[in-house]
Amino acid sequence: MSVQNVGGRETDGTDGTGGHGVAGQRGEARPANGPGQAQGGQSGAYLAHFRVWRGDADGGGLEDFRVEVHEGEVVLDIIHRLQATQASDLAVRWNCKAGKCGSCSAEINGRPRLMCMTRMSVFDRTETVTVTPMRAFPVVRDLVTDVSFNYAKAREVPAFVPPAELGPGEYRMQQEDVNRSQEFRKCIECFLCQNTCHVVRDHEENKAAFAGPRFLMRIAELDMHPLDAAPEAGLDRKGTAQDEHGLGYCNITKCCTEVCPENIKITDNALIPLKERVADRKYDPLVWLGNKIRRRGQ
Amino acid sequence: MAHVDRQAWDVVVVGAGGAGLRAAIEAREAGMRTAVICKSLFGKAHTVMAEGGIAASMGNVNEGDNWQVHFRDTMRGGKFLNHWRMAELHAREAPDRVWELETWGALFDRTPDGRISQRNFGGHEYPRLAHVGDRTGLELIRTLQQKIVSLQQADEQEFGAYDARLKVFQECTVTRVLKASTSGSAAGSGKVAGAFCYERESGRFFVLEAPAVVLATGGIGKSFKVTSNSWEYTGDGHALALLAGASLINMEFVQFHPTGMVWPPSVKGILVTESVRGDGGVLRNSEGRRFMFDYIPDVFKEKYAQTEAEGDRWYDDPDNNRRPPELLPRDEVARAINAEVKAGRGSPHGGVFLDVSTRMPAEVIKRRLPSMHHQFKELADVDITAEPMEVGPTCHYVMGGVEVDPDTAAANGVPGLFAAGEVAGGMHGSNRLGGNSLSDLLVFGRRAGLYAAEYAAATAARPVPDEREVDAAEAEALRPFSAEDEQPGAVHDGGPAENPYTLHQELQQAMNDLVGIIRREGEMAEALKRLAGLRVRARRAGVEGHRQYNPGWHLAIDLRNMLLVSECVARAALEREESRGGHTRDDHPTMDRRWRNINLVCELADGRTEADPALGQIRLSRRETPPIRPDLLGLFEKEELVKYLTDEELSR
Repeated sequence: MSVQNVGGRETDGTDGTGGHGVAGQRGEARPANGPGQAQGGQSGAYLAHFRVWRGDADGGGLEDFRVEVHEGEVVLDIIHRLQATQASDLAVRWNCKAGKCGSCSAEINGRPRLMCMTRMSVFDRTETVTVTPMRAFPVVRDLVTDVSFNYAKAREVPAFVPPAELGPGEYRMQQEDVNRSQEFRKCIECFLCQNTCHVVRDHEENKAAFAGPRFLMRIAELDMHPLDAAPEAGLDRKGTAQDEHGLGYCNITKCCTEVCPENIKITDNALIPLKERVADRKYDPLVWLGNKIRRRGQ
Repeated sequence: MAHVDRQAWDVVVVGAGGAGLRAAIEAREAGMRTAVICKSLFGKAHTVMAEGGIAASMGNVNEGDNWQVHFRDTMRGGKFLNHWRMAELHAREAPDRVWELETWGALFDRTPDGRISQRNFGGHEYPRLAHVGDRTGLELIRTLQQKIVSLQQADEQEFGAYDARLKVFQECTVTRVLKASTSGSAAGSGKVAGAFCYERESGRFFVLEAPAVVLATGGIGKSFKVTSNSWEYTGDGHALALLAGASLINMEFVQFHPTGMVWPPSVKGILVTESVRGDGGVLRNSEGRRFMFDYIPDVFKEKYAQTEAEGDRWYDDPDNNRRPPELLPRDEVARAINAEVKAGRGSPHGGVFLDVSTRMPAEVIKRRLPSMHHQFKELADVDITAEPMEVGPTCHYVMGGVEVDPDTAAANGVPGLFAAGEVAGGMHGSNRLGGNSLSDLLVFGRRAGLYAAEYAAATAARPVPDEREVDAAEAEALRPFSAEDEQPGAVHDGGPAENPYTLHQELQQAMNDLVGIIRREGEMAEALKRLAGLRVRARRAGVEGHRQYNPGWHLAIDLRNMLLVSECVARAALEREESRGGHTRDDHPTMDRRWRNINLVCELADGRTEADPALGQIRLSRRETPPIRPDLLGLFEKEELVKYLTDEELSR
């Protein structure tokens, strides 16, 4: 397996059938669909073996494809080639194809990734590339999932509270004071962290009480905003993070950080500090442990 | 067709990018029940890809800046074809639109004294672009998205439902703007009455009834092969406006951004932000020469450095030196790169070199251009802190769009229809300056929302969509599923069903090759012929499968729009016999002052030609632009105006 730096903890040694039982849960693989057509017209072109999950809420399975791959291409290019040549109704969500919009999230050989930022050159040419939809969200069709969970959670986080005494144009903030919140605002809302977080990945029952790393990070972002006037408005962001958004469920395993395509240090920079701020108010054994581990590392 | 679901709203906004969301915020704050409908997920619109910044003359970095200077730069950038009133409103209101974002939670990069930092950009006299590294568009979209959520939270408190007064219909497409019946005594005869839509997820049709529709759908770049635009940019709003009876102007002006990635092939066209040059990056050819010094046009001679030494000094001492020519407006730089490559001085993969590695320390590059660093490392194995990038022109933006009233954003000729952002024409003239797009979205998005709300509030009797239009829209949308049995008797319908992906690729190739960055009469005539052929075949575009999340079907529907706007571009480009901004004619290589005040107007041809696709669907006419207000002309030196304006205009 040559994809690095993502999801290693849970998905080591995948067998190419979708990591950890995705395929099995959604039905059996069907035989190959359509002949591959690579003629090697372009230098470095070769025929790759793809397995793509196809189906809908009622079930489905992996379908096999032989498909041409050219130099420099990414997984999303190959999915598009399948659409154009072999499966015109293959559903995939995408937009910018430049890693900026966070639409094309999926699981590639079981690892949560953006299809547009996963280059084919990271795979061995003989390797089967298996593409399945994000597992934590209900399938709509093929590689497209229903991510409305995330939009519901977004609505539950109280918005920025502007300071009453400052008008537009009067905001003054130092760069060093906005750096941290700016890091979190790099988030492209691909929801890979939400998908990979073990609190909800295999525990549908936790979804109601847990906002997930993306929206806990949003709370941290607002809490660290130099001019957020939440306290003046009687809003305790730290308290609600713990009491209403499920911060306590997080046991800082850093799965979210590992899959973040923007390399945001979600756990270290957002979740742990938020836990520490909460801990100013009450004791949390995980924070205590986290502090000990980090100090040892220094 | 009683079975199509209907909902009543006051204002419907089509598109959820910067202009659409800003319009929706304004309409909702004006008390109107507002629906936003967008093809992607909420927060994924193309605005997210904007990198460099928002142009606004706040004067935080150079106190010499003000709206008049911004206005001048905008008019120069557009080669004086801009609608002067739009350029004026834009320059005046942009600072307020940026500051307001801060009150909604935006976090821009800061100056040492804590204000919003501003960076240099092509064509802007002073550092003017508010920015967040090179991901300003993301900050803009997220801030507007979160402002919408905050309004929904307020509605939830008041009415118990987040969607009570502001709802986002995501992953839905509008295929027709509906109007009230023109026959009989129906309310609002001929006025906008709503929009015909389908859910991409389920394929289900529905109608949003509303007296006011705001188009904020962005551009048309997906009609070109090499483009920085995403799949959404299929000219939907342009086409919806045409089909509803509105007119488009300036469609011949398409901006090719000078710096797109050229390698590897699969990323060809992806944008490399102008900030690279704004922050000190330089362009070199294969001989190592900074060739832009060879391409400074006469109209800009006094404003740009003539030597590398002067250009380099300008970054630290802008008051006593002139800016380097790498920061000329985009059209100039794109043409220069094109010429260098053509002359055999290109880079190995057919671009030129853009180098920042020898100009700044690696740490500064990573801090100021983080997405570029990431993008090249991940997609091209290039470390921009150690080696130059290879770049070349990529289709980026259409200056042309719906002809609107400059103050209200109301579309000409269709009561109840509004347009803002890239889909609207006039603001940028023949060429847009970098950074003027995000500010355009905010200034005119707000205005469109405000005046759409006013219009809706003043509508006593709600117009009812013409049932025949609803039926026709449904039949039109379903046609790809029955492509093979379509009109067996018709002469042009004898062939087999066509693959929409193949048609799209052929369209992109034709536009790229024949109506691209450098244009010739014969090639454009050939393009019109090919478009005619594609139009005939597109009627047979067929799809497999069913209506649930079927991308082949979606593309077959979008093809109608791409073919319409492509014809507008080709026809207008063939007609304008001069070179200006984003329209360069090999056979008419110079700017001609007699074209300065001429707009080319595209409208849908009458029914007779529409029935025969080979004849074309677009009727072209010329319209003289309104004279520039004297006090605005007074902002320029006479010697400069002489280069642009006709003698007749000058003597007024």
